Amino acid sequence: MALTDPITRKLGADEPSGPGNQLRAGDTLMDRYQIQEIIGSGGMGTVYRARDTHFQAIRLVAIKEMISNIADPLVRKNINGIYERESNILATLRHQSIPRIYDYHTHNDRAYLVMEYVNGRDLDDILAETTTFFPEEQILNWAVELCDVLQYLHEHKPEPIIFRDMKPSNIMINQQNHIVLVDFGIAKVFESGTKNTMVGTQGYSPPDQYRGEATPAVDLYALGASLHHLLTLRDPRLEAPFSFAERPIKDINPNVSPEMIAVVEKALQYSPDDRFKTAAEMKQALLGVAQRTGTLIHSGFISQTSGSSAPSRGVKSLWVFECEDEIRGTPLFNGGTLYVGCYDHNLYALDAANGEFKWKYATDGGIPGRPAFYEGNIYIGSEDQRLHVISARSGSVVWTYFSDGPIRSSPRIAEGHAFVGSDDGYLHAVNVATGRASWKVETGAAIRSTAWVSQEYAYFGNEAGELLCANFRGEVKWRFKAKRAITSSPIIGPEAVYVGSQDGTLYAIDPNSGWVLWRFRLGKATISSPTLSDNLLFIGAADNVLYCVDSRTAKEVWRFTAEHQISGSPIVYKDFVYCGSVDGHLYCLEMRTGRQKWAFATEGPITGSPAANEDIIYIGSTDKKVYALLA
Amino acid sequence: MANFFKKLFPPKRSAARDVPTVPRNAANLPSEATTAPLNEEQLEEMAQAFNRVEPPQLVVGVGRDQGRQRDNNEDAIFAQTATVSTSKATLPMGIFIVADGMGGHENGHLASDLAVRSMSTYLTQRLHHPLFGIDPEPPQDSLQEIMRQGVRLAHEAITQGAPGGGTTLTAVLVMNTQMTVAHVGDTRAYAIYMDGRVQTLTRDHSLVKRLEELGQITAEEAAVHPQKSMLYRALGQGEPVEADVFTASMPEPGYLLICSDGLWGVVPEDELFHIIASAPNPHTACQNLIEAANNHGGPDNITAILVRLVD
Repeated sequence: MALTDPITRKLGADEPSGPGNQLRAGDTLMDRYQIQEIIGSGGMGTVYRARDTHFQAIRLVAIKEMISNIADPLVRKNINGIYERESNILATLRHQSIPRIYDYHTHNDRAYLVMEYVNGRDLDDILAETTTFFPEEQILNWAVELCDVLQYLHEHKPEPIIFRDMKPSNIMINQQNHIVLVDFGIAKVFESGTKNTMVGTQGYSPPDQYRGEATPAVDLYALGASLHHLLTLRDPRLEAPFSFAERPIKDINPNVSPEMIAVVEKALQYSPDDRFKTAAEMKQALLGVAQRTGTLIHSGFISQTSGSSAPSRGVKSLWVFECEDEIRGTPLFNGGTLYVGCYDHNLYALDAANGEFKWKYATDGGIPGRPAFYEGNIYIGSEDQRLHVISARSGSVVWTYFSDGPIRSSPRIAEGHAFVGSDDGYLHAVNVATGRASWKVETGAAIRSTAWVSQEYAYFGNEAGELLCANFRGEVKWRFKAKRAITSSPIIGPEAVYVGSQDGTLYAIDPNSGWVLWRFRLGKATISSPTLSDNLLFIGAADNVLYCVDSRTAKEVWRFTAEHQISGSPIVYKDFVYCGSVDGHLYCLEMRTGRQKWAFATEGPITGSPAANEDIIYIGSTDKKVYALLA
Repeated sequence: MANFFKKLFPPKRSAARDVPTVPRNAANLPSEATTAPLNEEQLEEMAQAFNRVEPPQLVVGVGRDQGRQRDNNEDAIFAQTATVSTSKATLPMGIFIVADGMGGHENGHLASDLAVRSMSTYLTQRLHHPLFGIDPEPPQDSLQEIMRQGVRLAHEAITQGAPGGGTTLTAVLVMNTQMTVAHVGDTRAYAIYMDGRVQTLTRDHSLVKRLEELGQITAEEAAVHPQKSMLYRALGQGEPVEADVFTASMPEPGYLLICSDGLWGVVPEDELFHIIASAPNPHTACQNLIEAANNHGGPDNITAILVRLVD
């Protein structure tokens, strides 16, 4: 039986399996894992590469076998308990840089941990082979990823996880040149029962670790030591402990930037108090190096960059203004004033510099859209079915226009007309001089998508899943049909109209013919509107992901995963993408990599989009507040 | 110079709809390649040539020549344009394909022939009804998917019909101001703008280009590298073949140039520009391009398609 005898052998099944006996190619473990070869071995046991025969497709796993030489059955049982508990914790970890744990099993003196097989080489091997210094950019990219995974571990709830043995041989570089941490503390838990073995590795471990401390500062020192090794190619294991200060980086490798040296030296401070307080802080410092030295940080986690529930790192609001109900719309900045609609039926005008109230204008319904400014007036739709035109200066009404349904889209002003869609199924073109409709297009379904107006045509979606192109006489030139509603607002780039649909697709449509140029599958439906910058498209979706897609090739560039849906629309401001999520955060991400610069927590879901001006980002939240943040 | 062109080609369309668009002094233009800066007269010609035309249409030139050092021609070419202009819609469209059979392989000329024929057959079949049919409907698949499938079929046609043969394939579908490009190998598509910009749209799938991208060798070293025609991706060679497929805008005012390495590997970019900019029409430009490549020694087959959208 597999459970009592985990090893079945095709040949020689009667061989003893005492300590020291390794499994051989072809052996099957736990009736499931077929051993292929030994990929590593050490004092504690052996690591095998094996094939998981439960899957038709070839799935490779790494199996770590640990052999205990403890004779006392009670102590051994105790150790197995610790091991099991630790395995359970490890199995819950989810991070790009941590191999997944699939299974574990103990049997007499042996324990087996089955985990994701990482196809790559460890940094110790790579270091042993290199004859020239690594480019700083390469080390910086690895370092940022290492900080990211340490941050993840240190912020683990309920207990932080301290890795305790950061060193090149525990860092794998996979085929995509990303780092993966291997050899988790699990082995040490197992080992610590045997003798008073010092956990950690001489040369990389800080003095405090010798005092038995296991704090985040321990990992950061060891990371600093590993970086020092990578930058100088001087193996700290061959040197006196804590002697990095005697081997200044700049004396050995003059190519390293002073910024980078400063970060490594801070991590290597003798006293833990003088080091970085958190991995997040060190990551921030490394990103700062990248910024100052103009180094491109490659998106480390192309598929898995994820929103962190960590507190808003370093971002404080400049001011906050509280309304009486949820803010679901998007603010507009114009001439020093911020205009924002609220579900308390009011449109607010606030002093953008300090958030001071200027005036409010009451409609008879919630305001879900974004105001538009045109010739001294503010245009805004309301669920009271009207388009309101208000004097920007005084807040008094200029005129209103009635549609036959709630207005949930935002007005767009062009060619002397305000274009606005309504739940009555019409796109209304309202003459701004007279306040009367010049024409309207019937589409047969509610229009919540904001029209894009360009070169004599208006492009807009409806809840029946159509994207329509109408000319300025109100004639439909073409209609494209998606499988589900198009609530997302289209944008036009040099090559195409881009729009998302609740059928879970981002479409690129030829503006002239309405033909599909390409499709990009999102994980779920979207009502977020795309934004375009430098051939990069950004759009959120209900699968919690913000996607960055190349607008010409339809290839995913990166993705960022928040903790809840992204229904608001991202904006790009000075090479950063800003996007709110239903998880309550406003995220600031590097446009080209998707790396998180900061996240700001509000107290309610964010469904609108931010506005940006002069390095200030404005965002409304369903916590009823408008926030002004430093970009 | 750039400002001068801006004046000549303002972004706002010229109101002079009725001005005849045939260059007035076409005969006065030099028919030979020239690298000298354009003179005032030539610039005026070009300004004339870019005046508004109704309906918008594609003007095309093609050139195909064996060169001076090869005794066969393994390049293949396909160019088709159509203009539909009715009360419902106006559409200039075109399908342009260049394939360069691989010299080291037997069946090289068969491979390029098959590639061009199967790609053009598939595209015309898929697009005929949506474009030209009665009561047309857009195709179900996206244009990028259609282009990708065309490349797959061309690849299969070669593996079956010309086993061992290999070829590059660069195909461009133009609809209005829109281009969908599918590309495998080192034939190139260029966007050539009248302000002198020569922009390579495609990325060579050649080992030398890859080395250059990785910073291992310089562009100058790449240009004279002995293995510069070694491809790491080609139709008929290996599985699976994944084409680069992307969407781009037709250069306006300007030209789309698709050409084999017998042209781009031999004639420098600034010379390409001057030949094209100074020719009275695309077909003369193509003949001049071929002549220029031959003047540089004509080491390989030379093929070019030059397309201009006049509207």
